[in-house]
Amino acid sequence: MDQASQAASQANVSSANVETIDVDAVNKKEERSLYKARVKIYPKRAKGVFRKLKWLVMAATLAVYYLAPWIRWDRGPNAPDQAILIDFPARRFYFFFIEIWPEEVYYLTGLLIIAALGLFLVTSLAGRVWCGYTCPQTVWTDLFIWVERLVEGDRSARIRLDKAPLSVNKIARKTTKHVLWILIGMATGGAWIFYFADAPTLLVDLFTFQAPIVAYSTVAILAGCTYVFGGMMREQVCTYMCPWPRIQGALVDEESLIVSYKDDRGEQRAPFRKNMDWDTRGDCIDCNQCVAVCPMGIDIRDGQQLECIHCALCIDACDEVMTRINRPLNLISYDTYVNHERRAAGQPEQKPRIFRARTVIYAALIAIVGLIMLAALITRSTLDINILHDRNPLFVKLSDGGIRNGYTIKILNKQHEIRRFEIAIEGLENALISVVGQEGTSGLTVPADRLAQFRVFVSVPAANAPDGREDFNFVVTDLADGNRAINDTVFRGPEQ
Amino acid sequence: MAHNVEKDDVTGIETTGHEWDGIKELNNPLPRWWLWTFYACIIWAVGYWVVYPTWPLISSHTKGMIGYSSRQDVVDKIAEAKAAQAQYLDRIEVASLADIRADTELLNFSLAGGKSAFAVNCSQCHGQGAQGFVGYPNLNDDDWIWGGTPEEISATIHYGIRSAHDDTRYSVMPAFGKDGLLERQQINQVVEYVLKISGQEHDEATASEGQTVFAEQCSSCHGDTGQGLHDLGAPRLSDAIWLYGGDRQALRETVTNARFGVMPDWTNRLDEATIKQLAIYVHSLGGGE
Repeated sequence: MDQASQAASQANVSSANVETIDVDAVNKKEERSLYKARVKIYPKRAKGVFRKLKWLVMAATLAVYYLAPWIRWDRGPNAPDQAILIDFPARRFYFFFIEIWPEEVYYLTGLLIIAALGLFLVTSLAGRVWCGYTCPQTVWTDLFIWVERLVEGDRSARIRLDKAPLSVNKIARKTTKHVLWILIGMATGGAWIFYFADAPTLLVDLFTFQAPIVAYSTVAILAGCTYVFGGMMREQVCTYMCPWPRIQGALVDEESLIVSYKDDRGEQRAPFRKNMDWDTRGDCIDCNQCVAVCPMGIDIRDGQQLECIHCALCIDACDEVMTRINRPLNLISYDTYVNHERRAAGQPEQKPRIFRARTVIYAALIAIVGLIMLAALITRSTLDINILHDRNPLFVKLSDGGIRNGYTIKILNKQHEIRRFEIAIEGLENALISVVGQEGTSGLTVPADRLAQFRVFVSVPAANAPDGREDFNFVVTDLADGNRAINDTVFRGPEQ
Repeated sequence: MAHNVEKDDVTGIETTGHEWDGIKELNNPLPRWWLWTFYACIIWAVGYWVVYPTWPLISSHTKGMIGYSSRQDVVDKIAEAKAAQAQYLDRIEVASLADIRADTELLNFSLAGGKSAFAVNCSQCHGQGAQGFVGYPNLNDDDWIWGGTPEEISATIHYGIRSAHDDTRYSVMPAFGKDGLLERQQINQVVEYVLKISGQEHDEATASEGQTVFAEQCSSCHGDTGQGLHDLGAPRLSDAIWLYGGDRQALRETVTNARFGVMPDWTNRLDEATIKQLAIYVHSLGGGE
């Protein structure tokens, strides 16, 4: 700031040159009804700590979304080198050092449980942080509003433009805006598909029209959704479509930090006048800045509302005004209900308690699920055996009186190289084992990263035939490294 | 329209003028988008009637403009599947059983095709798992009356057992008791001997008398030691597998009345490729020779 403007802002403080905006909260309490046509919201630009924080979060989340598929990760010659890849044709999910087969989808369940508990924890600590900062709907809507402001100007300019009759200027600006929005939408859909195929190859295919039709239709659908959700529907997605606001009401408590208006300090609100006595009135000068910046079209001074996504832009707007009129900051701030009550009772505020039963339980559950998943990942075997015992017939009597059982054995080789296995039996006396189509029992070859299936017959002499059933183990040994997998199964015989 | 619109005092919404016991209906029309979607569906339905077969007539139905038929769809799909199978079936048709088994691709195709043909044509008697029942052989075991090589299995499928085919396989065991060829005592003796050679509990003295009867009456078909003979369809008696039961009671019944199972011939019912696939599948069940 140069000398002159500094002087000017000094002057503003004394004369409190705060613009009072003629704005009505379109979604304010009195105007909510079950069915109503949408009134367009023109969010004004906010400046301040939380706005900066939101820009940073937007940059970070968008960067992760767009760049993640391009990270390479060397897995050797027989596997894709994309760090994050959902490979539907081969039925594999790759995430850096983790590789998941379809039957291991429980890892995803664990991940979703952690994500849900994480949301619970954050919400009980600081309200709808997810909604206000990181939800894709918020991030993309913010991006779309930024583009809108760039093309059409800030709130008042946009209102003027919408009211103005059709002109070349208006058409040009509106067209530019929509074209930019559609481009962003296409880039959004375009980035999505890179998670499902080798990104560099797909990028070339995409622009040379070699990519599969499903790639183009996915891009089109997601581009359409992004355009409609971010450009047209915006706050309606949160208010009417999303179940999360309803759930979150049950997740906050009286100690959660929630964006709220200190009505004990702000009321009675009254317009600003020079040389007035602050002791006989509240700090709120009814300038409506908090309403003008709200992307949800609510008035935070009405109290806690389902529509509020806790984006904290009203805090920025109000703090700016408070600075100008030289009053203490935080008339709107992250505040707890406990403190609200304490102030009303004339007690001093207390620091919000972070460690309370609710948050400790959430954190503990996250730790438990995380540890279970970690243990499962660390002990994950690259060799899995599935054994199917023949149901029909359960057993076959042979001409020498012996009993034979048939098994289908599936060997899952989760390494990226061919492996040879030997199969043996543990716990069944005098049993003979034979693999259909193979000489001996030590030539079971399974291709790299594949499943192979073998028919195995096990027979025991009449003298050793079990009465009804007998449990035993198949032992599959990797001939190269001695890695063993032991699976229990059953041998059936006639009941004697 | 020139009628008096009444407004509800509480909500300020128009009423429809309908009133029941003092309760008035408010005029809350459907959302426009909903209504237009509904109209669009009606128009769509009319278009559908014209384009697709829709309305039932007395003896037929409207055919639609593009000539679509769901039955034809199935026919086309079956033809498509048959065409896809042809590359294998054509080769199986001309290849020998040994050649098919040596070719992994044809072998896998035959095993799958044979399994499916077995379920449709054979499982009624032999069981879904080819486990057999009394009088219907278990095809999983290693005991074969007419031989268990792929070629012998194929011959059995082609011509059947005691079927109407000229080349059918036919074995005749005399009904020793019913036709009075053996005395009751002799039957008991030979049954005891069969129990002995199949390794079951028996009376030694009676069995040794039965050995003479067996040598005179039975060994020409079943062999000197009861080992059986594939060429004549004479079952092996010195093992643990019995088509009609191997206990004293069942054996006496068999010697007295003889047994004649029947299997139809499949030469004219199944094509050559299917029979080959069946032979390979049955041979693979675990007991093939």
